[in-house]
Amino acid sequence: MARIFIFNIIRFVILIILQVAVFKNIGYYNIAALFPYILIILLLPTGIPNFLLFLLAFLTGLTVDAFYDSMGVHASACVALAWFRIFFHKITLDMEEQSSFQTPTWGNMGFKWFSAYLLLGTLVHHLVLFFTEIFSFQNILYTLASIFFSSLFTVAVILIISLITYNRKSRLAN
Amino acid sequence: MKNLWLFLVRYNAFFWFVLFFVFSIFLVVQNNNYQRSAFVNSSNVVVGSFYENVNSWKEYLSLRIINEQLAEENALLRKKLQNYTSADSLSDSVAYLTDQIDKSRYDFVVASVVNNSINQKSNFITIDKGAADGVEQDMGVITSNGVVGTVLNVSQHFSTIKSLLHPDTKISVSLDSTNTAFGSLVWGNNTDSRYAMVRDIPNHVKVYVGAPVFTSGYSTKFPKGIKIGHIVQTDLASGESFKDIRVLLTTNFINLNHVYIVKDKMATEKLELEQHNKDNG
Repeated sequence: MARIFIFNIIRFVILIILQVAVFKNIGYYNIAALFPYILIILLLPTGIPNFLLFLLAFLTGLTVDAFYDSMGVHASACVALAWFRIFFHKITLDMEEQSSFQTPTWGNMGFKWFSAYLLLGTLVHHLVLFFTEIFSFQNILYTLASIFFSSLFTVAVILIISLITYNRKSRLAN
Repeated sequence: MKNLWLFLVRYNAFFWFVLFFVFSIFLVVQNNNYQRSAFVNSSNVVVGSFYENVNSWKEYLSLRIINEQLAEENALLRKKLQNYTSADSLSDSVAYLTDQIDKSRYDFVVASVVNNSINQKSNFITIDKGAADGVEQDMGVITSNGVVGTVLNVSQHFSTIKSLLHPDTKISVSLDSTNTAFGSLVWGNNTDSRYAMVRDIPNHVKVYVGAPVFTSGYSTKFPKGIKIGHIVQTDLASGESFKDIRVLLTTNFINLNHVYIVKDKMATEKLELEQHNKDNG
């Protein structure tokens, strides 16, 4: 329990620093940006109370916003991601897993579950992020292209990060 | 009431989402209306200092490019400096001259021309500096843009100069600044003060019309590399293996005002050393 708590704090600090110092400078103009910091929200423990999840997601988004000068844009995207996360856990995990308080990593959940979780989560986050940022439905094709390429980019980087930190412990779901 | 509570608990995730999302969107809209009014932006002290640090690391990463740019700039400046050095005799001030030519070896005395002739067979110049100012016999005399002649006689406050426009004056010159070909500059048989001749250039040396002629620095009279003039005619044969060249002088003898007398501080040393050669020979 305490271990998970500390791991999450470390993950938060490292990913935020990487995001604002490194990933912010990588990307192909506005078409393909890179936001692997959403791993913070994706990897919060499964049994976390809803309110706490939303609060943490909101604060994570707000922290990134502070560095991106985009007040509220990332916060809204992260809140949407948190809602997706609750929804996805509810329909894919059974009651025991939902309250087991474990970290939903690649190693713990298996590649199939993790990849679907990651792909859909990234899409939801980027969809909300880009539409909130642009705040209009003009040039919608351009926006959708940005979302698509950014999602691919982000998913690839998150998979690399997951592979580096891969630690196979148990396989509850496969 | 109980049902409502159950409903809220059942769908709490959705309600929390709506609450947080609306608040986020509110922040976005507020920020759009009042740009940077919020306190969470990069003017914030924490965020600002963080970016300062990130930037210092970024600068470090681009040092290689900056180095290359500086090296290029250095090369450019060096090239410009080289141009100035080779064009030193075109400069107007004696201070500049001393700066360019070996400072430790040569001194320059400024003098005014008080008498001048250009139309005689043997021309002489009189200047207002003499032995009291350190002028000695056989010293070289130059102007800011060329060679004038050598000191012939010295009184206390005046000196006479054997002008370049004198049949006996011979000055050692080279055809380029690297001394690959040299001869002696004489006025020759002509009567025009603008032209002189370079005698005894070997036939194998290629000379081009328009190329500059410099002092060679072999004598103690003149520093090396002072520009004398430009070649205007190259096809004057003087013998089988030597040729003569006609040179347009850069010195304007018609209105000569200020001249510089060259004092070679190491002249005595050099002449003494060379004297040994004659003794041995």
